[in-house]
Amino acid sequence: MSTILLIEQVLNGLQFGVMLFLMAAGLTLIFGVMGLINLAHGSLYMVGAFAAAAVAGVTGSFVLALAAALAAAALAGAVIEIAVIRRLYAAPHLDQVLATFALILIFSEGTRWLFGSFPLYLDIPDALSGPVTLPGGIEYPRYRLALIAIGIAVALGLWWLTARTRLGIRIRAGENDREMIAALGVDISRLYTLVFALGAALAGLAGALVGAIQSVQVGMGEPVLILAFVVIVIGGIGSIKGAFVGALLVGLTDTLGGLFLPALFRLFMAPDAATQTGAALASMAIYILMGLVLVWRPAGLFGTRAA
Amino acid sequence: MKTWIATLAALGLTAGAALADGHGGLKVGMITTLSGGGAGLGLDVRDGFLLAVKQAGRDDIEVVVEDDQRKPDIAVQLADKMIQSEKVDVLTGIIWSNLAMAVVPSATAQGKFYLSPNAGPSALAGKGCHPNYFNVAWQNDNLHEAAGGYATSAGYKNSFILAPNYPAGKDALTGYKRMFGGDIAAEIYTDLGQTDYASEIAQIRASGADSVFFFLPGGMGISFLKQYADSGVDIPVVGPAFSFDQGILKAVGEAALGVVNTSQWSKDIDNAANAAFVESFQAEYGRLPSLYASQGFDTANLMISAFDVAHPAEDPDAFREALRKAEFDSVRGDFSFASNQHPIQDIYAREVVQEGDVITNRIVGVALENHGNAYVDDCKM
Repeated sequence: MSTILLIEQVLNGLQFGVMLFLMAAGLTLIFGVMGLINLAHGSLYMVGAFAAAAVAGVTGSFVLALAAALAAAALAGAVIEIAVIRRLYAAPHLDQVLATFALILIFSEGTRWLFGSFPLYLDIPDALSGPVTLPGGIEYPRYRLALIAIGIAVALGLWWLTARTRLGIRIRAGENDREMIAALGVDISRLYTLVFALGAALAGLAGALVGAIQSVQVGMGEPVLILAFVVIVIGGIGSIKGAFVGALLVGLTDTLGGLFLPALFRLFMAPDAATQTGAALASMAIYILMGLVLVWRPAGLFGTRAA
Repeated sequence: MKTWIATLAALGLTAGAALADGHGGLKVGMITTLSGGGAGLGLDVRDGFLLAVKQAGRDDIEVVVEDDQRKPDIAVQLADKMIQSEKVDVLTGIIWSNLAMAVVPSATAQGKFYLSPNAGPSALAGKGCHPNYFNVAWQNDNLHEAAGGYATSAGYKNSFILAPNYPAGKDALTGYKRMFGGDIAAEIYTDLGQTDYASEIAQIRASGADSVFFFLPGGMGISFLKQYADSGVDIPVVGPAFSFDQGILKAVGEAALGVVNTSQWSKDIDNAANAAFVESFQAEYGRLPSLYASQGFDTANLMISAFDVAHPAEDPDAFREALRKAEFDSVRGDFSFASNQHPIQDIYAREVVQEGDVITNRIVGVALENHGNAYVDDCKM
């Protein structure tokens, strides 16, 4: 196994990880601040991708497409928070799961009604297309490098927002004791709408960024949502830092597991059987990781309460 | 008053049912994928099928369409419902081989006919073949065998091959290897529904292969082709038509230009039935038909040709015999059934080209002529 392949796979793992982080950050914020399990987070990812594809199709501009994705997902997030989610904060988790699952179905059918069942076209901007040669002779797609950079920039921005701004103080206070900050005169329902819209915008951004290299289609958000839940459970529910570390761990485990496990089995098995066993085990790898982390730290890596 | 209406409605229902059963009408249950990642495939099969029924002007054929969401458990429930309560005579529509494996054996065991417009798993062509099961599209291996044959004739010596980990994926790699004369650099099974192929592409880059064969139907192919085009890897790609149908080409764009793919159907096959089909499909639905649409269309026309001879519930033997004769105008031209009731047909090599604004396929040659399948001898009927 060559070093070049290994480095390329580590980059792939990082890129996958930071995109998962964009999803998981919103999910963990919403759970941390409002105690809400939002299954419809994957739908917001899809909304972002469709908005980007639609705007890129009309204007041809990727920057406008990204702006549209952020705006559409944030707007959709704010609307469902005000119309539906707001009624669920006091409700048990099962009610939240049922209601947000219903939202998934509504969003999926609504999107199909608007855009049809065929995948949409969203392409990488010309400036970022094609490979770039890294030191050491590694060829790597420029766009994926940009994704890593954007993901890290967003992570830094979120850290700054929560640690250094007034809004961040309120968000952290809301995580700890929502009655108390309401009593101190913070408009808690506006704070909730804001946090929800912020989380939605991050999901929409991820959808648009990933949509350019994958296919933009109905139901694209749900597989990512499952991984995002794994990420926040590993990282500790409610922790942005945990979401970041968890996302990178999951991204790297998934990518490197797919590479090494089949190779490992090939050492002592027939190639056909090794490929299949290795592939099967690789797809389980992140869940095994989650299990191990929970055995070691039941609240997740950076969690304060038991998950 | 209310009771009256209810009674009338109930009478109406039973009368309708009696019409479907007793007066010689044909009831078709179509279970296909209309939502999620594979929805484009199911829609095309459905639209092609319904277009044929409409063109035949047959009011005595009723088609019940249900969405299986690409989930085997839902497909099984729908099949039970259609057989038990809807009392359909013929089942059709399934796209995915894992769903076909879950539905077809029990449907045929209950005496129903199943006409497959797409999925053709090897298990149902060989040991699991059944007199009431017909595949109108292809046996799963077929297009991949053609791809292997094409790759050999194109002079490739060392292929990197990948497919999703499900029955049709395994059939695909088996089919390619059966006809490919060169070596296999590596063989990879991906997850069904996987969207990111960065890891696989990195392995392709490092493999030293001179060609890549991939079978990734639906949205999977879109992701792979876009990412492959952007990766800077320039090893030529061959594949079956499933990754180059009209729905996919629209989403992939120029990244697919020049790729050779194999198909039993193409919109430029030169015969009257095909020309009429392509034109009427576009007029009806406002888009170009895909190979899936052509398969749905042929399936319906085959069924109608046999229904003209006998009703499947009244005289199943005559209906079956008529199906075997395959006396209908296939849009593929020559079409007949092998003894295991899978097609014998030409398989073409096509190239992805740009025609004006539209990216589409053009035939560049015949990859395999009058091609049957490798499982005929395993089928004991």
